[in-house]
Amino acid sequence: MPNRRHGLIGVYPIGVLLSGLLLAGQVAHAAPPAAKPATVAPKPDAKPDPVANIAYLALVQKRVLPQSFLDQPPEDEGVQGARLGLADNITTGRFIHQAYHLEEALEPDADAVIAAFKRLVAQGYRAFVTDVPADLLLRLADLAEAKDATLLDATSTDDALRGEQCRRNILHLLPSRAMLADALMQYLTIKNWRDILLVAGPNPEDKLYADALRKSARKFRLKIVADKPWTYDPGARRTDTGHYAIGAEVARFTQGIKYDVLVVADEGDNFGDDLGYRATDPRPVAGTQGLVPAAWARPFEQWGATQLQARFLRQAGRWMTERDYGAWMAVRALGEAATRGGSVEGAAMTAYLRKPEFELAAFKGARLSFRAWDGQLRQPVLLADARSLVSVSPQPGFLHETSELDTLGPDQPETTCHPR
Amino acid sequence: MPSTLMLAAFNRIRSKAPSNAGCPQPGAWLPRVSVRSAPQNAAGPAVAGLLLAMGLLLATTPAMAERLLVSNEKDNTITVVDAGTLAVVKTVKVGARPRGIALSKDGKSLYICTSDADHIEVLDLASLTVSRTLPSGPDPELFTLSPDGKTLYVSNENDNMVSVLDIAAGRIVTEIPVGVEPEGMGISPDGKILVNTSETTSMAHFIDTQSHEVLANVLVGSRPRVAQWTKDGSLVWVSAEVGGTVSVIDSAQRKVIQTIRFDIPGVPKESIQPVGIQLTADGTTAFVALGPANRIAVIDTHSYQVKKYLLVGQRVWNLAFSGDGKRLYTTNGVSNDLSVIDVDALKVVKSVPVGRLPWGVVVAP
Repeated sequence: MPNRRHGLIGVYPIGVLLSGLLLAGQVAHAAPPAAKPATVAPKPDAKPDPVANIAYLALVQKRVLPQSFLDQPPEDEGVQGARLGLADNITTGRFIHQAYHLEEALEPDADAVIAAFKRLVAQGYRAFVTDVPADLLLRLADLAEAKDATLLDATSTDDALRGEQCRRNILHLLPSRAMLADALMQYLTIKNWRDILLVAGPNPEDKLYADALRKSARKFRLKIVADKPWTYDPGARRTDTGHYAIGAEVARFTQGIKYDVLVVADEGDNFGDDLGYRATDPRPVAGTQGLVPAAWARPFEQWGATQLQARFLRQAGRWMTERDYGAWMAVRALGEAATRGGSVEGAAMTAYLRKPEFELAAFKGARLSFRAWDGQLRQPVLLADARSLVSVSPQPGFLHETSELDTLGPDQPETTCHPR
Repeated sequence: MPSTLMLAAFNRIRSKAPSNAGCPQPGAWLPRVSVRSAPQNAAGPAVAGLLLAMGLLLATTPAMAERLLVSNEKDNTITVVDAGTLAVVKTVKVGARPRGIALSKDGKSLYICTSDADHIEVLDLASLTVSRTLPSGPDPELFTLSPDGKTLYVSNENDNMVSVLDIAAGRIVTEIPVGVEPEGMGISPDGKILVNTSETTSMAHFIDTQSHEVLANVLVGSRPRVAQWTKDGSLVWVSAEVGGTVSVIDSAQRKVIQTIRFDIPGVPKESIQPVGIQLTADGTTAFVALGPANRIAVIDTHSYQVKKYLLVGQRVWNLAFSGDGKRLYTTNGVSNDLSVIDVDALKVVKSVPVGRLPWGVVVAP
């Protein structure tokens, strides 16, 4: 899972940052700062509101520094999104006498995650928002303790988790790599940029991303005219006059190929940003860098997204990332289930998520819901570069008999998810 | 429409005929004869024909030269359109991101929510200049004016608050905490109850305008936008942009009594995003703007059935009737224009280019 283009505390004016942190304190307390509560004053004999208990379970992973010094991965990625979702749920809940609690379990290793999960299940938790790698997610899902629990996977994009390795008790919030690839390929199709130079990085995630791109190119009948692995190791990032070497390398690498667009698979941000402007022919870069398909992006402001960006910035003192957005959606989805379903019980909330009437408003214009066949949240995918929103897929003209959102990622007839 | 009134109006038009020379040729975009109005005019075929012709004239040219005021969210302007000629009279620069607009009670000023300027501007409609600014609380999106014209209730989208603004004093009297992202504002005809919608909380909050207490919270569809009271104050219509529905709330019980859904062949259901709502003066018909479905739904308010979908410009957002109720104007945010609907004929008769991302529209006498 890439952690591209996250917030950058350093460039943010310190005054704004400070006020943001001050406000964050208020958000954490959830009660409105103003004098009187908005609800009808509770009667003296009123019982306390029933509490929706949500667990946030994460493996604290050592973030690998990306190649650009501009994007330092934040320490609190993911959990900040969950906290904002909680604050939104609390504001809604106080009008209808529902309270929310988010139990944060941020664990240092896989065994600690498993132990925390078992402990929380024993305490009665059934709704888990997770930020763990794919293998650990499967270990959790297969535990006997997980039989009646639902894991809301807030951060993975793994296709296998939605395919042959899928589990009944997992729902996925972020778009899969297949959905991201389809979103990009639809856009290339309408632009008629049909010939692709695919450049795949050496890491396992890069290979998975490249596989998704190849599959999607076939699906939309685009042509990968050259499929080249990126093997050049730029060595130390910060060397004086290092740009000569990378410029010459990229020019050589792209020489003699006729293509419309360079599509790169580099989830760790290790080299993708070096491909732009340095190729032999003037061609745009898309994929994990350049024009990026993503669930969330800093320049995104449409459908009221400005409000979510602003609320997050105020709370966290940095920009919202995709992982934060995934966690926000997970907590909000549970809040929506409690509000609409009328019950704060863990099992009732998670059951409601799977009902056909469930819908989530997540600043994408469309209403989002979980696909019955693989537990994936159906959603539009943004196409953005670092500074501007370019488009939103599905692109007009890609039709579907039930939902146009299902033109992104594996549809019901082609799913490989057949959980035992 | 009683025919005497039509005649009176016709006389006015006739006396003003020369000044309407700039009007488009009626035949070019006139609706066909409205069958619905025919029985009212049944005083013999010839007379009926004559009256119908007058009706058509009336449909093309409002009696008085009303002005349409359109807020252009992207351009930071208000476009002023002559309702008679449908020509743009002037484009007025205002503060950043103008969205909600409302006419003052005396009809002499326009209040403008300039969201990114974090205040309200008052546009003097005689001079077409901004004469005053009023405080609004942060990020005002839209507001509603109390029936006595003295108070503006402002939704602060970034702040989970409704600000109560004393217009004469130019200060915020109080703030009412509401749900996440307050949006739509509708005030009951007697001014006693304010309904505010909150987008992420998906509720319509019923607020007592005397005590500023929240009396009830009614769950509606996802991302509610506009709250529109019926003239008799018995019902509140609330649109839900993401839910794709309109909830009709009984204002006494404060319960949803009807949920209206939309289904348009060939239009993806995700594109059906209800926003603006207007009800005809007689209360029999509701018009609902469906956003990127690019259509207005025409709803029979007795059966709650959709009678017709009218194709207008792209991403239709808000609506306003002409003073005589014969025309409906819609702002179309993506095609950057205003659609003009003949209300009797239920036909779209004209589109008028305005600024970029037109948001709200108000008709000034």
